[in-house]
Amino acid sequence: MILSANEIFKSYGDFGVLAGVSFQIHEGEFVSIIGPNGAGKTTLINVLTGLLKPNNGKVFFKDHDITGIGPAKLSRLGMARSFQLVNIFPTFTVMEFIKLGVLSRQGKGARFYAILKRDREVNEEAEEVAQIFHLEDKRDVQAKNLPQGDKKLLDVASAFALRPEVILLDEPTSGVSTSEKNKIMEILIDASKKMGIKSIIQVEHDMDLVFGFSDRIIALHSGKVLADCTPAEMEKNEAAMCAVVGEKGCFKICSSLLE
Amino acid sequence: MGSEPNGSFAALIRKRQTWLLLAGILCFVLLPRVGGQYTSYLVLTFFGYGVALLGFNLLFGYTGLLSFGHALFFTSGAYTVSYLTAKFAIPYMEVSIVVAVVVAVVIAALIGAICVRYIKIYFALLMLAFGMLTYSFLIKFYYITGGDEGMPVLRPHLLGFDLSSMAKMDFLTGWYYYYVLTVFIIATWIMWRIVSSHFGLALRAVRDNPEKAYYLGIDVRRYRWYAFIISGAYAAVGGALVAPVIGNVDPTLTYWTHSGTLVFMTLLGGFTNFLGPLLGGLVYIFLQDGVMSLLHYWRFVFGAMLAFIVIVAPGGLAGAIELIANKYCAKKGA
Repeated sequence: MILSANEIFKSYGDFGVLAGVSFQIHEGEFVSIIGPNGAGKTTLINVLTGLLKPNNGKVFFKDHDITGIGPAKLSRLGMARSFQLVNIFPTFTVMEFIKLGVLSRQGKGARFYAILKRDREVNEEAEEVAQIFHLEDKRDVQAKNLPQGDKKLLDVASAFALRPEVILLDEPTSGVSTSEKNKIMEILIDASKKMGIKSIIQVEHDMDLVFGFSDRIIALHSGKVLADCTPAEMEKNEAAMCAVVGEKGCFKICSSLLE
Repeated sequence: MGSEPNGSFAALIRKRQTWLLLAGILCFVLLPRVGGQYTSYLVLTFFGYGVALLGFNLLFGYTGLLSFGHALFFTSGAYTVSYLTAKFAIPYMEVSIVVAVVVAVVIAALIGAICVRYIKIYFALLMLAFGMLTYSFLIKFYYITGGDEGMPVLRPHLLGFDLSSMAKMDFLTGWYYYYVLTVFIIATWIMWRIVSSHFGLALRAVRDNPEKAYYLGIDVRRYRWYAFIISGAYAAVGGALVAPVIGNVDPTLTYWTHSGTLVFMTLLGGFTNFLGPLLGGLVYIFLQDGVMSLLHYWRFVFGAMLAFIVIVAPGGLAGAIELIANKYCAKKGA
């Protein structure tokens, strides 16, 4: 077991978002977290990455209690994330962007009197990451001028540059055309193999991608884990399928199930 | 900052940057010989402000924090020189500069620990408050600060040499000019290293997108704090260099309008360019000198200029030059 969430409760004021979420992620797993809007997926990710402190419950990563420790420390322990909405440094070139991840992992962020361009360790590793993500031809393009798909890839690439053991992908293909989605997923899977990522956790709405790539699916609804099973089992679980796909006719079944 | 296509103005400059730099330094070196004494005097003031502006822009241009009280550090540097030379009879300029840095680092570490928790307008106003607090302190505690009349700055020894027998202007535009020019060049070189370093990239990341930077392992608040301290130390060195030029330090140095002057110089020259603030400082000093002698309403002229820059040329003079030159290069290429 590499990551575990134990009885996570989180509310914003009176508004409860997570109501006792528990699950475990093992080494080598690709796990998808699914659920309708407002199910608490993003809050869960923010709790898992230590950005938010839950009201109750604990998160463990490789035997470290990481509850609320914050993303910077977590990145040093070996966990990173990408974002649902494009999250870039607009004025950075592609290479600068990746280098930032690399130099951060190498613990060189506070080196204020070394010339970055001449740091071969950083440059070589950044080059490697750029090639894995097929961004090497765009090395000098400013991030804000990249097409949407490449922006997403760059966001992920910089997280991979931290060489994490576990990576959280928050809708890695949202806002990208259908034809590009599979290409991005393939690059991601390929990259995680090449860079020794042990486990991937993704939040995703596109059920083709969820069922196509996952070893396990965790369905979240109203702040609770509705189902935690393999894709094959999930397909048979009508109630959970209804809840997460969220068709109108299913609404009653779902709410009665939860009560 | 960032990338530029080949054949653009910036790329052209980059190719010849060593020569351009040497030419610039040569101009400054020769100025006291070929230009008048008064021009050298103005440029001397510019060197001091230039060092302060480099620090100011590390915080503003590179880290994204606009300080509206940065004159506080400039003042702490200037008062340090006054204290050492006049009160403690330690006339050595090198000692003054080192002590000014130490004092500024301590002050910046304390104030920064509070201020970097805030960003944008809250940071700006908090710094404004600290600047004005220092102003009141300097006025009210007159038995240690000299009150509103301030304190004198005695002529410092340079590299251990006592030059007090020279006439004031000969000293300032002679030995002192070259002394300050040297400090200015060293300070610029160090700042160039800082912004080109790993740390420099991390600061730009903090400016562009703190959330993403945080997730890439950059401890955002801590890095802002580091930048704040370096920035304060630079402003203090600037103040220390200017102190012997003005000969007397007083609380108006830390009044908010003086902080505003630093902001203005930076905007005028362009904060997105490394050398922009220096260009702004140089132009400001000469412009103020010229306009002040012609008009009573020089503040009006400067106000109009500031409005013009913000609306028409947000990149400042450096940005405008680059834009025009790029167009020219493109035409020539086509």
